[in-house]
This record gives sequence, structure tokens and C-alpha cells, in this order.
Amino acid sequence: MPPALRPWFRLLRASFAAQTRYLPAVAGGLIANTTFGFLKAAMLVATVHAAGGSVAGYDLESMVAYVWLSQGLLGAVQLNGTSEIGERVRTGEVAIDFARPLDIQTSYLAADLGRNLFNLSTRLLPPLVIGALTTGLRLPTSAGPYLLGAIAVLLGMTVSFFGRYAVNVIGFWLVEGRGLRNFYMIVSTFLAGLFVPVGMFPGWLHTLANCTPFPSILMTPIDVLSGRIVGAEAVRAVAVQVFWLAVTCAIGRLLTARGWLKLEVQGG
Amino acid sequence: MVDQLPAHAEPGIGRWTPYRSVLAARIRAQRSYRASFAIDTVSAFVAGLVELAEVWVIFHNVQVLGGLDFRAVLLVFGLANIGFSTAEVMVGHVDTLPAVLRAGTLDIYYLRPQPLLAQVVTSDVQLRRLARVGVGVACAAIALSVNHIHWSQATVAMIVISLVFGTVIYSSLFVTAGGLQFFLISGSEATAAFVYGGSTASTQPAAVWPGPLKIIFGFLFPVTFCAYLPALVILDLPGPPMLPSWLAWFLPVAALWAAGAALATWRLGVRHYQGGGG
Repeated sequence: MPPALRPWFRLLRASFAAQTRYLPAVAGGLIANTTFGFLKAAMLVATVHAAGGSVAGYDLESMVAYVWLSQGLLGAVQLNGTSEIGERVRTGEVAIDFARPLDIQTSYLAADLGRNLFNLSTRLLPPLVIGALTTGLRLPTSAGPYLLGAIAVLLGMTVSFFGRYAVNVIGFWLVEGRGLRNFYMIVSTFLAGLFVPVGMFPGWLHTLANCTPFPSILMTPIDVLSGRIVGAEAVRAVAVQVFWLAVTCAIGRLLTARGWLKLEVQGG
Repeated sequence: MVDQLPAHAEPGIGRWTPYRSVLAARIRAQRSYRASFAIDTVSAFVAGLVELAEVWVIFHNVQVLGGLDFRAVLLVFGLANIGFSTAEVMVGHVDTLPAVLRAGTLDIYYLRPQPLLAQVVTSDVQLRRLARVGVGVACAAIALSVNHIHWSQATVAMIVISLVFGTVIYSSLFVTAGGLQFFLISGSEATAAFVYGGSTASTQPAAVWPGPLKIIFGFLFPVTFCAYLPALVILDLPGPPMLPSWLAWFLPVAALWAAGAALATWRLGVRHYQGGGG
């Protein structure tokens, strides 16, 4: 490994390892994700039946695949609006982060990815197995969607981080950032297609969602992994993810640079 | 020792005075950070609207789901949101118990001469959540005016029972979750399954559920009693198998079951707690 990458890798690995110490958290997360999965599946399956077997291009088995893929990926893409840095900006501890000889945004990215790769490895498969056993779901049989899907999932996780990071460093200007984080969480989960696939949105809402980075976080990985979009269309969706990655990363960097100038910490 | 203190230790200071002053202080504190309070209130309001949008998007694709059209579901959604959000204002912060447990700051509560649950409940009442009650009230009001309802004393009684005992059931879910936190610690997310899962479940037409979900959210965590069953009675609609609409009149019994289970779980949890050290 090139020496330049080594610190990031170590941060990532340490944060992954920390998660392995909280196995009850894995069980707790799975119970919650699965329960919501069943509720979502009941509604959306009934919707497919009521619409005569197909709605917005989803049939029964592809809808069930959407439900359980979204529940399985939820732990990895973290749509909850929080990032470690928010609390450290509030308490002033972030000053220590600035003193380190590492880029602050990339450090938090490495730790975030480590944590969420652990979530991905433990929380993705169980919901899919449950879905396959209860209602039956359809997944692609060729390798292509899984390879591109893996890239789309990693990109989704990274865009998710950059978005949360940007919202959390706004804390440099706000005394209490909780309201803003809640707001971000509510809007992003909906527009990312967590509750209802973005394809089922009415036209104007679909367009609105596509003007935000949120579908790139969850909907694109699901669409690619489930084989709902393939070939050139899938590659284009992944390119859109890269675009949002660049945008959200740049916003975060800009806010950090400006916020750094505004930071005042008492004591010494 | 604590038990021997008279209820009125000093003339003029009633038993409820400590709670009243703590609550008043919390409310003053929240109002003094005006910008944060405004953003919090707006985001709670938007949360209610987005939840409504989720339901609306589904009904944008189909006319009728589980025997209900959008107007009927709006009533279920409204009743459920009023009850859940009211419970959230009153006891929702029991949810933060895992953080308090991990930080070891719960021990302070054990030292004070007030019931633990009452202290946790009054520790952080959040006014911003009232905005969501508003969304619920608006939805219920619109639904009651656009649906064809044969108004009678029974209809009015059903609405009142639903709001009062529905809130009791949701509050009980929060307290049950709190009691379980003493055992779960880092597995605290599991309780989201029946607290927030229950909130979501109660806005759905329960007719779409398979049998096991009807047992779990119909009877074990009886959230169908909060909004779906009352809405069936108000709209004079029949219920699905396992959940006939007349069950709605047993809402007080369901609330009693939920509250009893909640207090028992809380008691077990409090007795189980060994302290945070330090």
C-alpha cells in the first residue's frame, strides 16, 4: 500500500474493529430493520396487487427485492443526518482535529466508511434472506449487476457521508445544530427512496428528487443491485453518483475552510 | 427515609410543585434560543408532512388500499399522529435513556426523592414536537369533513376515546422501550421496532398485513386500536379478518394492557440497574 494511503486505511480499519465490539447493536439494528421491512413490504405488496400486478414498472418480486435491499443497505448508507464531527464542533473539541497533520474531512470519511462497511457486512444479507424466505424476491443471476452494484453501494456510502459532513459543519455557525440535522434526515430519507421507491413518485416530485444528491445515496445502489437498471443506463446512474460525490465533497471543504476561520475555543 | 417525608413538607409547597417548576424551566429554556427553537419546530412540522407524503405517494399510484381510499386513510393518519405526537411531547425523551445509561448520569435521579419515571419524563419535554400534533389535527379535521360520516354520539365518543387512550398506548410503548433499555444497553435500536415501527404501523390500513403482523401490532403492541379500528367505526366500515371494527370499543382494555406491560417492564428495568459506577 502506498505510504500516503496508510493513515486512512488504519483509521478505517480501527473504526471497523471498534464496531465488532458492539454485537448487541447488530442484533438490535436487524430487529428494527426487519420489522420496518415487513411493514413496508405489506403496504407495497398490497399496492402492487391493487394496481393489477404492476406499479411504476415494479412487479411483485422486484418490489419485494426493493423492500429488502433498502432495509439491508440502510445500516451502510446511514441516512440519519448525524456525523461525529457535529458534536465535536459543538463542544470545541474539533480544534484538536485541526491540529492533526491529516485532512479533517478525509479522516472523518475513513472512520465513517470503516463503521459503515461493518454495518454493510452484518446487516445486508439477513433482511435479504428473510425476504427470500417469506415473500420471495428476484435478484439478477449474472455477475455484472453485482460488480457495478458494489461500486454503486460504495459511492452511495461516500455521498451519504459528504452530505452529512456538510450539514454537521454548518454547526460552526449554529449554536444548536440538532434541528437542522433532523430536517436533513427527514428530507433525505424520503427523497433517497427509503419509504417508497423514487420511481413511484409523481413526475414533479421525481424531478425534484433528481435535483438532489439523495437518490444517489440509496435508490441508485438498489436499482443497480436489483438489475432494475442495466447496461448504459446503469453506468449513467453511477456517473451521476460521481457527480454528486464531487459536489457534496466540495461543499463540505468550503464550509470547513470558512468555519475554521470562525472557530473560537475557550481555555487551553 | 424518603417515604417518611410528608406530602406537604412546607406550607404552600404542594406535591406537584417540583414538577411544575422543572417543566416551566424547560419550557422557558427552549423558548430562549429562538433560532434553534424555530428550526426545531419547522423540522417537526416538515416531519409530519413528509410522513403524510409517503402515504400520499402510494395513493397516487392506487385508488384503494386495504379497503380504504385516501380520504379514509387521512383519518387514520390524523388520529395516529395526534396520539403519537402527544405521547412524544410527554414521554418521548425516555428514548434518550440509552445515552444517559452509557454516560452514567442516571444515578443522580436515584438520589432524588421522586419516582424515577416521573423525573425522566419531566427531564426534557420538547415543545417543538407540538408542531407535529398540529399536522395530525389538521389531517383529522380535513378527513372528518371530507368523508361521509353519520354523526352520532357514538361517533363523537369514538373520537374522544381514540385520542385519549391512543395516547396512553403510544406513551406505554415509549415506557416499555425505556424499561428494556436497562437490559439492552448497546442493543437499544431493537426497541425502535415497536416504538417507531408501531407509529408507522398505526398509520397503515391493517387489512394489508399478513397474520403475524396483525398479532404483533394488533394485540401484542396494540397500535391498531389507536387509529385504524376507531376510523373503521367512525366511517362505518367493516374490519378485515382478525380485526373486526367493533374491537375498537375495547380500546380502553388494550390501553390497560399496554400500560400495565409498560409499568411492569419499567419496574423490572429499574430494579435490574446496578449503577453506572463513578
